[in-house]
Amino acid sequence: MSEIQNGRGLSLVPKSDVKLGMKDFKSDQEVRWCPGCGDYAILAAVQSFVPELGLRRENMVFVSGIGCSSRFPYYMDTYGFHSIHGRAPAIATGLAASRPDLSVWVITGDGDSLSIGGNHLIHALRRNINLNILLFNNRIYGLTKGQYSPTSEVGKITKSTPMGSLDKPFNPISLAIGAEASFVARTIDSDRKHLHSVLREAAEHKGTSLVEIYQNCNIFNDGAFDQLKDPGQRDAITLRLEHGQPIASATKAVRRGADGGIEVVPRSEVSEEEILVHDVRRPDPSLAFALSRLDEPAFEHVPIGIFRSVDRPSYEELMTEQLDEAIGKGGPGDLDDLLLAGDTWRIG
Amino acid sequence: MTKQVQQLDRVIIRFAGDSGDGMQLTGDRFTSGTAEFGNDLSTLPNFPAEIRAPAGTLPGVSSFQLHFADHDILTPGDAPNVLVAMNPAALKANLGDLPRGADIIANTDEFTKRNLQKVGYDGSPLEDDSLSEWRVHPVPLTSLTVKALEGFDLSKKDAERSKNMFALGLLSWLYHRPTETTIKFLETKFAKRPDIAKANIAAFQAGWNYGETTESFSVSYEVKPAQLPPGVYRNISGNQALAYGLVAASVKSKLPLFLGSYPITPASDILHELSKHKRFGIRTFQAEDEIAGVGAALGASFGGALGVTTTSGPGVALKAETVGLAVTTELPLIVVDVQRAGPSTGMPTKTEQTDLLMALYGRNGESPLPVVAPATPSDCFDAAVEAARLAVKYRTPVMLLSDGYLANGSEPWRVPSSAELPDISTEFATAPNGEDGTTFLPFKRDPETLARPWAIPGTAGLEHRIGGIEKADGTGNISYDPNNHDKMVRLRQAKIEGIAHDIPALDVDDPDGDARVLVLGWGSTYGPIAAAVRRIRRAGGKVAQAHLRHLNPLPANTGEVLRAYDKVLLPEINLGQLALLLRARFLVDIISYNRVRGLPFKAEELAGVIQDVIDSE
Repeated sequence: MSEIQNGRGLSLVPKSDVKLGMKDFKSDQEVRWCPGCGDYAILAAVQSFVPELGLRRENMVFVSGIGCSSRFPYYMDTYGFHSIHGRAPAIATGLAASRPDLSVWVITGDGDSLSIGGNHLIHALRRNINLNILLFNNRIYGLTKGQYSPTSEVGKITKSTPMGSLDKPFNPISLAIGAEASFVARTIDSDRKHLHSVLREAAEHKGTSLVEIYQNCNIFNDGAFDQLKDPGQRDAITLRLEHGQPIASATKAVRRGADGGIEVVPRSEVSEEEILVHDVRRPDPSLAFALSRLDEPAFEHVPIGIFRSVDRPSYEELMTEQLDEAIGKGGPGDLDDLLLAGDTWRIG
Repeated sequence: MTKQVQQLDRVIIRFAGDSGDGMQLTGDRFTSGTAEFGNDLSTLPNFPAEIRAPAGTLPGVSSFQLHFADHDILTPGDAPNVLVAMNPAALKANLGDLPRGADIIANTDEFTKRNLQKVGYDGSPLEDDSLSEWRVHPVPLTSLTVKALEGFDLSKKDAERSKNMFALGLLSWLYHRPTETTIKFLETKFAKRPDIAKANIAAFQAGWNYGETTESFSVSYEVKPAQLPPGVYRNISGNQALAYGLVAASVKSKLPLFLGSYPITPASDILHELSKHKRFGIRTFQAEDEIAGVGAALGASFGGALGVTTTSGPGVALKAETVGLAVTTELPLIVVDVQRAGPSTGMPTKTEQTDLLMALYGRNGESPLPVVAPATPSDCFDAAVEAARLAVKYRTPVMLLSDGYLANGSEPWRVPSSAELPDISTEFATAPNGEDGTTFLPFKRDPETLARPWAIPGTAGLEHRIGGIEKADGTGNISYDPNNHDKMVRLRQAKIEGIAHDIPALDVDDPDGDARVLVLGWGSTYGPIAAAVRRIRRAGGKVAQAHLRHLNPLPANTGEVLRAYDKVLLPEINLGQLALLLRARFLVDIISYNRVRGLPFKAEELAGVIQDVIDSE
C-alpha cells in the first residue's frame, strides 16, 4: 500500500487465487475506435495494470455512459455495463452501494460526465461511494462528430459553433475538488507509467476517486495536448505533483504568493525552502484547488499527478454500518412481526 | 340523564379544519378506534399541497373523511352525514358536499368577524337561516378546551392546540368509539412530554364528557361491528401496504431490496416507510434526482438486488430512458408510479389515472413492460408482490400503477402470514450455458418464459457485458444486423405477451349470468364501481362487473369477456386511455365515462351512469 491513499479501497474485494495477466482482461470483441485514438493507449494501460491489483476478474465491473470512451467496457473481459448518456455514476452507485465486494470503475468522457451527467458526477463525489471514475477528457464531442464540449476552450470553432464557442469551460479538477471529492488526479494518455501509478492509487483509495485523463481525439480535436507531449515543450509546461516533494520542475517552482495565493516563479529565483511541498492529505482543499487553477487561463503551467487524497468514510461503508446497527439492536427482520406490528384486532 | 341510542348501519364523517388544526391526526385516531371496534371502514384524506397556507383561508382547508359500517364497504363514501367544521373556511369549503339533513358540528369560537371575512361571509352562517337544511350543532370547541385545561401549566395558545382532541372525544362519544387506544396513543406519542400527553388526554376526555352531559346532543349512535372473514386485521393505507409488499417481495424472493428514490408527492411515504426497515437488509438511497434514483436501482439489480424506484408521474417521465435501458438489458426492476393529477406539476396531492399510456408507451423504441395496478389500498400489498414476481421471473422492469387515492386512503386489511405468500425466488446463473460448455451466452433464453439468465458480478466464468446498444441474440454482443434487431424486438415483445398465460383470467362478477351490460375498471376505481354496481342490483337492475389488475399484458380472456356483453362501460379518471387501447385491440365499442377532477368517482354518480347505459339498451 502506498503512503498517499488509505489503501482500503479494495479491502472487501476477493483476491484472485491465480496470477492473471493482461490477456486475461482482453475480451474477444474487436476494438473499434478510430485508428490513432488516445483511447487505445488508455485501454492498453488499464488492461496491463489491473492484473497488478491481484483481484478476481469476476469481481471487477466497468460501467460507462455514452460517448467514444464509453465503449470501453466491451473490451474488458470483466463484468461490464454500457449504459446511457451521463448516467454511469448513478448506475455504478447502486451497484457499489449494494455490493461492497466489487471493484467498480466508471468510464466516462467530458461530455458524458460534465454536461448531461454533471449532476450525477458531483453527487457521486460528495457521497464518496467506492468508485473509480476515469474521465477521458478530449475537449470535444467525438461520437456525434465534432461539436464543442464543456471542456473546450472559449472560442472553439466547431460544427455547432462556426463563429466560436461562447461558454467558459469547466476545469474538471477544480470542479471535483469543489464537489468535495476525496481523491482527485490528472494524468495523460501518452504516459503509460504515470497512468499506471495514478490508476493504482485510485483503485486502492476507499471512496470515489476521480482521474482526469487527457486524451487525444485525432479526428476532431487533434493535438489538444501536444504541448504536454512534445519533448521540446513538455518539461517547461508540466508540473509533476508528488506527495511529500517540492512542487517544481527543472525550470520553475510553486510558492506562496504575497497575496495569499500561490504563484509559479522561475526556479532560479526561489530558495528550496520557499517551494511548496505537495501534501495530498491536507484536509483543507483550498491549496489543491489553487493548484488546479495554475493552468488558467493559458495552458502555461499544467500540474499532473494526484491533487488530493484524503481519508473519509465511504457511503457504502456507512450504509452497511446502519444496517448492521439496526440488525444488532433488533435482530434480523421478521416479516410476520412487521405485518402484525401496531394496532391489530381479531375477527372470528 | 339517559340519552337515546340510535342504531345505524353506516356513517360518513368528515373532519375539516385549517392545515394547522390537526385534522389528519384526528381522523387517523378516529379510524383506529373504529377499526378496533370492528366496523368495516374506508378513509379519504384530502389536504392542500401547500404545507401551511395562510390560516383560516379556503386553500388552507384540510379534511379527512371516514366511512364506517356494520357491513363490508367499498369506498370512503360519497357525501358526509356529519361535518366537523373547525372554522368558517372549513364550513364553506365542504358545505357543497353535504346532503340535506346532515349534521354540522361547528367550532363557534372561530366564527369571528375576521375569520368570516377571510372567506367572504358577510355575517355568521351559524346565526342566520342559511344553514336551515342541515342540523347545526354550535359548540365552542376552543374555549371549552381551554377551560378544561385550566389546571395545566400551559399557555392559552398551547391549550387551544388540543381542540382537535376535544372534538375527537366528542365524536367518540357520539359514535360509541372505544377510548383506550387513543389514550395509549397519546401517552406514547408524547412520552417525552408527559404534561402535553396529559393535557391532550384531558381535552379528549372533556370532549367525551361534554357529549354525555350537554343538551346539544340528545342522541348518540351505534354502528355494530361488521361481519368480515375471520383473521387478524389492521388498518392500512395504500402507501404503507405497498411498502410492506416490497418488504415481503424481498423476503419471498430472497433478494436484498435496494430502493433508489427521490422525494415526490404522493410517493414519498413509501421511501420513508422502507427507510425504517434496515433490519431486513433493505438499502434505501435518496438520490440526487429521479434519474439517479432509477439508475441506482438498475445498477443494484445488475448486482443481484431487487431494484426498486418509487415516484409519481413527473418522475416517471424523467426515468423513461433508464426504464428503456432496463427493458433492453432485461434486468428485474420495479417502477412504482403513485399517479397524481397532471400534466406537469398538475395537482400534486390529487388523484388521477392519467399515466397509463405513459407507463405502457412512454419510452423510445418498442419497449414493452408489464403493468400492474392495485384496486384498493390493501391490494397495494399483493400488487407489489405480484410486480416483483413478474420482474424477477421474466427479468423485466415492471410498472406498478398506484395513485394518490389509494396511497393515502386506508381500509382494514386481513394480515396474511408470511407462509401464505407465494415463493417468488429465482436462480442466478452459475455455470456457462453455451453448447461448448465453456462460453456464457447472456441472452440465451429460457424456452418457456423467454427470460435470459441473470448472471451477477462475482460469478467466475460468466463475465459478460450488457448495454443499451442492440445485442446479438444469444451472445449479447453489439449487433447492427437488421434481421437480428427485428428478431430481438419481437423476442422482447413475445416475452412480455407470454406473461398473459401466467396471470389469472379476467374474472367477471355477474351473479345471475344474464346481465347485458358490463362495467369494466382498472386501478383505484374498483371501490366506487363495485359500490355503484351494488346499488343497481339492490334496485333490481342487472349489471356485470370486471376489474383489470394486469394492464399489460391483459388477461388472455379479456377480448372474450368484452364481446360477451351488449355494452361495455369503462369509467376512468382520465380521458379514456384504457378505452383507447381496448377499442384498438379488440374492436369493441367501449362506452367511456370520464371525469378528471383530481377526486375519486362517487358511487351514486357511477350508479346513475350505469343505469343510463342499461336504460339505453
